[in-house]
Amino acid sequence: MFRTIAIRIVLGLLTLFAVSVLIFVSTEILPGDVASAVLGQGATPETLAVFRAELGLDRPAYTRYFEWFFKAIQGDFGVAMTNKRVIIETLEPRFLNTMFLAGYAALIAVPLSVGLGIVAAINEGKAVDKVANVLSLMTISVPEFFIAYILILFLAVQYDIFPSLSTVFADMSFTERLYVAALPAATLTMLVMAHMLRMTRTSVLSIMSQPYIEMAFLKGLSRSHVILRHALPNAAAPIISVVALNLAYLIVGVVVIEVVFVYPGVGQYMVDGVSKRDLPVVQACGLIFAGAFVGLNTIADVLAILVNPRLRNPR
Amino acid sequence: MRIFGYKPSLSAWIGILIIAIFLIIAIFADWIAPFPEEETVSATWDSPSADYLLGTDNIGRDMLSRLIFGARMTIGVALVTTILSFILGTVTGFLAAVGGQVIDQALSRLVDVMLSIPLLIFALIILSMFGSSIPTLIITIAVLDSTRVFRLSRAVAMNLVVMEYVEVARLRGEGLWWVMRREILPNALPPMISEFGLRFCFNFLFVAGLSFLGLGIQPPFADWGGMVRDNAKAISFGLPAPLWPAFAIAIMTVGVNLVVDWILSINSRPSGASAEM
Repeated sequence: MFRTIAIRIVLGLLTLFAVSVLIFVSTEILPGDVASAVLGQGATPETLAVFRAELGLDRPAYTRYFEWFFKAIQGDFGVAMTNKRVIIETLEPRFLNTMFLAGYAALIAVPLSVGLGIVAAINEGKAVDKVANVLSLMTISVPEFFIAYILILFLAVQYDIFPSLSTVFADMSFTERLYVAALPAATLTMLVMAHMLRMTRTSVLSIMSQPYIEMAFLKGLSRSHVILRHALPNAAAPIISVVALNLAYLIVGVVVIEVVFVYPGVGQYMVDGVSKRDLPVVQACGLIFAGAFVGLNTIADVLAILVNPRLRNPR
Repeated sequence: MRIFGYKPSLSAWIGILIIAIFLIIAIFADWIAPFPEEETVSATWDSPSADYLLGTDNIGRDMLSRLIFGARMTIGVALVTTILSFILGTVTGFLAAVGGQVIDQALSRLVDVMLSIPLLIFALIILSMFGSSIPTLIITIAVLDSTRVFRLSRAVAMNLVVMEYVEVARLRGEGLWWVMRREILPNALPPMISEFGLRFCFNFLFVAGLSFLGLGIQPPFADWGGMVRDNAKAISFGLPAPLWPAFAIAIMTVGVNLVVDWILSINSRPSGASAEM
């Protein structure tokens, strides 16, 4: 078992390395470089050369990559091009904010959607199931900012329960933060819930046709007992992987939601960086998002190995 | 009424109707729209009236006209992107299946790495280099999205490559391109069609999302994502201005999804594969 898990983790690290190469290369290999992007088309070859030397762009790409990579894993992402601030100092509080928001949403979304999925499976074909089905289909097909603005319009403007802008300060207390981040967290919850709910329902129901489930019914057990005790443990692996996948999606969904609610997180920082074409900032944020994404996927695979007895004890 | 020999369900009809209406609006925008796309006709955020059916936007342009022109831009960009992504993804996917181990391994590993970066993040990185003009936007999203198409087309083609008729074609001495086009493509088409609908939905939401972030289609062109962004401040005054374009986006995706669901139920695919994020 430990071997399988170790292999998976090594694979995850390799992926992360490949991803960092890809992030670097996709900003390098494309025609034009940072210097021409910043200075624009009117720049003379001489000014371009001077600017390139200033940024260290005149050295070969692979030396710059390794320098960037080794500094990056030590937390040194360099200096932002536009305001000359050290990136990690801006990034760190924003990273914590984003983690707070994503964790907040995940803590609501995961139990709620898995629970509702099980309820829907128990009441298959009944009204509860149908309502859950239609609602989850609806949240899947609308853009994230639509949900966000609907929530703002009703909960923030019409009834004034929550603030419409989620500005977070460093000296805010924990409960204040929970209150301020309530709307973005609710939006994110609705975004990721649908997929998890449907997957929980399907994976529980797909096990219901197994012979041992029929046996349990024939013993005279109630439907909810059969589902909770007999079907659910075997449905755990697909549920866990879809939960992790959706948490990974949560990390990305955060970008748009942070912009809607003006929440000071990494997503907003990245969007700012992109519109100002601040490449070091974009690379740093990109690496963080990709790292979180790869990390969550690796964790999902490891958990799937742990909950599956067949993988846990290989022959 | 039947379409391709199948009878659409009620929900499929609703979907077809929605798509048809939106397409007609997009194509004939010049004739339908009551006001030009970029003309300021009234004050900021006028409430709906007989002249301006949905009111006006943040700089006094007619909301309805902007929506109509936005349909052309948003649907058009998403459609072109999806077509491009399918051409790219299908060709590379079939090539990986037909072309042998080396090509397959090289393409598949590249796609694996690309899939381990979230699409939005990857797109943001590339757009930060290029800036967002409409051609860059289309090419960027199409290339990134084609990795998803690649996975499906490769999987489908893998099952077809082992068929006798492909073997026969190869023994006849047909080239790679001929085998891909004449033997694989016709048989791979049914699952690809429903995938096209799903990918379109995804790209449509993606373009709208990028424009909403201000990194997609640039003003003065009207597009639904950008319109939500432009009018976002109205919401704090309790005005529904940004909800109109957002609602249009939602309706369009629901419409396409309804049709896709129907197509899926015709040739039910083995796994309930859905649009990946």
